[in-house]
Amino acid sequence: MSDAERKPVRSIQTPMRLTYHYTAGIATSRFLHGIAEGRILGQRCPVCTKVYVPPRGSCPRCAVATEEEVHVSDRGTILTFAIVRVPSENLDVPLPFACVHVLLDGADVPFFSVVQGCPLDEVRIGMRVAAAWVEPDRLAPTLQSIRWFEPTGEPDVPFDQLREHL
Amino acid sequence: MREVAIVSFAQSRHARRDLRNEVEILLPVVQEAVQRSGVERPFDFTCSGSTDFLQGQPFAFVLALDAAGAWPPIAESHVEMDGAWALYEAWVKIQTGQAETALVYSFGKSSPGDLPEVLSRQLDPYVVAPLWPDSVSLAALQARAWLEKSGRSERDLAAVAARSRRDAKGNPHATVAGDFAIDDLLDAPYLASPLRKHDCAPISDGAAALVLVAGDRARQVCERPAWIRGIDHRADLHALGARDLTRSASTRIAGEKAGVARRPVDVAELHAPFTHQEYILREALGLAEDTQINPSGGALAANPMMVAGLIRIGEAARRIHDGSARRTVAHATSGPCLQQNLVCVLEGE
Amino acid sequence: MSQQTQAADILSAPHVLEYPYRRSVGPVLSRFFTALRERKIVGVETSAGRVLCPPAEADPETGAAVSDRFVEVGPGGVIESWTFVAKPRDKQPLARPFAYALIRLDGADTALLHVVDADPARLRTGARVRPRWRAETVGEIGDIECFELETSR
Repeated sequence: MSDAERKPVRSIQTPMRLTYHYTAGIATSRFLHGIAEGRILGQRCPVCTKVYVPPRGSCPRCAVATEEEVHVSDRGTILTFAIVRVPSENLDVPLPFACVHVLLDGADVPFFSVVQGCPLDEVRIGMRVAAAWVEPDRLAPTLQSIRWFEPTGEPDVPFDQLREHL
Repeated sequence: MREVAIVSFAQSRHARRDLRNEVEILLPVVQEAVQRSGVERPFDFTCSGSTDFLQGQPFAFVLALDAAGAWPPIAESHVEMDGAWALYEAWVKIQTGQAETALVYSFGKSSPGDLPEVLSRQLDPYVVAPLWPDSVSLAALQARAWLEKSGRSERDLAAVAARSRRDAKGNPHATVAGDFAIDDLLDAPYLASPLRKHDCAPISDGAAALVLVAGDRARQVCERPAWIRGIDHRADLHALGARDLTRSASTRIAGEKAGVARRPVDVAELHAPFTHQEYILREALGLAEDTQINPSGGALAANPMMVAGLIRIGEAARRIHDGSARRTVAHATSGPCLQQNLVCVLEGE
Repeated sequence: MSQQTQAADILSAPHVLEYPYRRSVGPVLSRFFTALRERKIVGVETSAGRVLCPPAEADPETGAAVSDRFVEVGPGGVIESWTFVAKPRDKQPLARPFAYALIRLDGADTALLHVVDADPARLRTGARVRPRWRAETVGEIGDIECFELETSR
């Protein structure tokens, strides 16, 4: 086909790919090192005493550094959930699944994860769940060390006790 | 026009690579500026400047609000510019009467990426960015054009680097400081001819913050407030081939509008990330020979992206605060080859 | 640092940010890119009669819309400023050392940024260059592989 027969150029491809070496910072690095040992570490605000997990080194409400480290349980209570039916490139979980906010025992902010191990229609606010870790020899400083959360069978936490966290 | 003063300023130590996250870098700096200001939170307005491309983390500026104390929800805004432009927005907000106090901060963490390459993404995406011209190469095109027009030499450029690094010995926040012989500097290979490493600002991670207060309240909280007596910003064309790179028309106009020439200037803090740009800026602002230029070492000593312009304003304010200067000028730039320029005139009483 | 965290304890990981966009170019740049595909370079005239190359939608000096008069410029031109890049980065157009240059093409009043493949010892402001075209052109700025000195052949 000659140039004259071709259509005018209406668009161009403008690929933009930048590579970085991202650093996690102090608080998040300590948290991830804890994960590699099968422990969940939070940080307590010296002013409002809330425990943040994962910690970012500061309390966003009080704008102060959080330095006191707190061990947080790997068990908790579902605060809210959503049933996901569309695939996500970054979550290697069979569809459909429930993503949840879990209030870990000892923490004051919810922790994002996924629930497996029960029918989806049983997932509910107040349900008790526990982290399902990868095999000990596969623990690494990544959140993928927690595969998902599973029901513990404990009695539900009454809604009133969760109200302040919702 | 409402009287507005800078009553406090703080900055981080600007390291080549700071391993803390942006909030961890920013928080102590904001705390120091707030503490020194004598103003209690919450501020009537908070404004920040940064660009997420530096660390490759979209919406990092939202996370950075953690350092400002954003709960209960505060009135805040963000500019994808150097923090000097955040200061301008805060100044305008105070002019409208909607605020008496404002917190201004900015942060830049360039170390995770290849900064000169990252900055090529701010260019025209159709005919320029596909060629991936890095920021040093573009500055070099400007440097050669200026050298050939002015008749100056690469030695004149090295002299700016040597003076800046020497002055930075007194600046505990600097990334690069020390005594360097001009001949030794000129022995180094070109990064992008005619620019050598010393002609280019170092890559730095860092943050800065300052507090603005209007009118008599500034006099109550600060012994020697640094009053903003003039401030203006202008932009040159983005098309590098369509403007005269050897001059900075936008700086000249901003300087005129800000009233730089109305009275003598004791100290000028010029945001010149490349040595030749200091000459272009001095000419554009019409600064006298006896004006001290960049006693902090300037951007050639520490250049956290999106912060170094705000630092110029903070350094210029600091000279008023400590009583060592009566009238100072600060300049900030953004974009390739001095594309956008802001000029701020500060005075004591 | 607090809590005696050492630099070695700070975790880092590679991270890629990618925007694989296709951009619509608008009517003015459409003429420019379509011409490149035909191995021609065009500029656009402003109402004051200046020729902008690369073309722009508006006269940079007045903000007025440019005319619909597109004129062929070059292909030769003059280097207005240049810099030699001794260590090219991965994504830059040439893998061997090269120059970025502002090139005012014959008949244009503004300069085009592109690359020049030349020995640095022979580069100078005012030198004449001409484009080297890619074997296959698709309608983008990279259809010009680079410029080369006119005296090099």
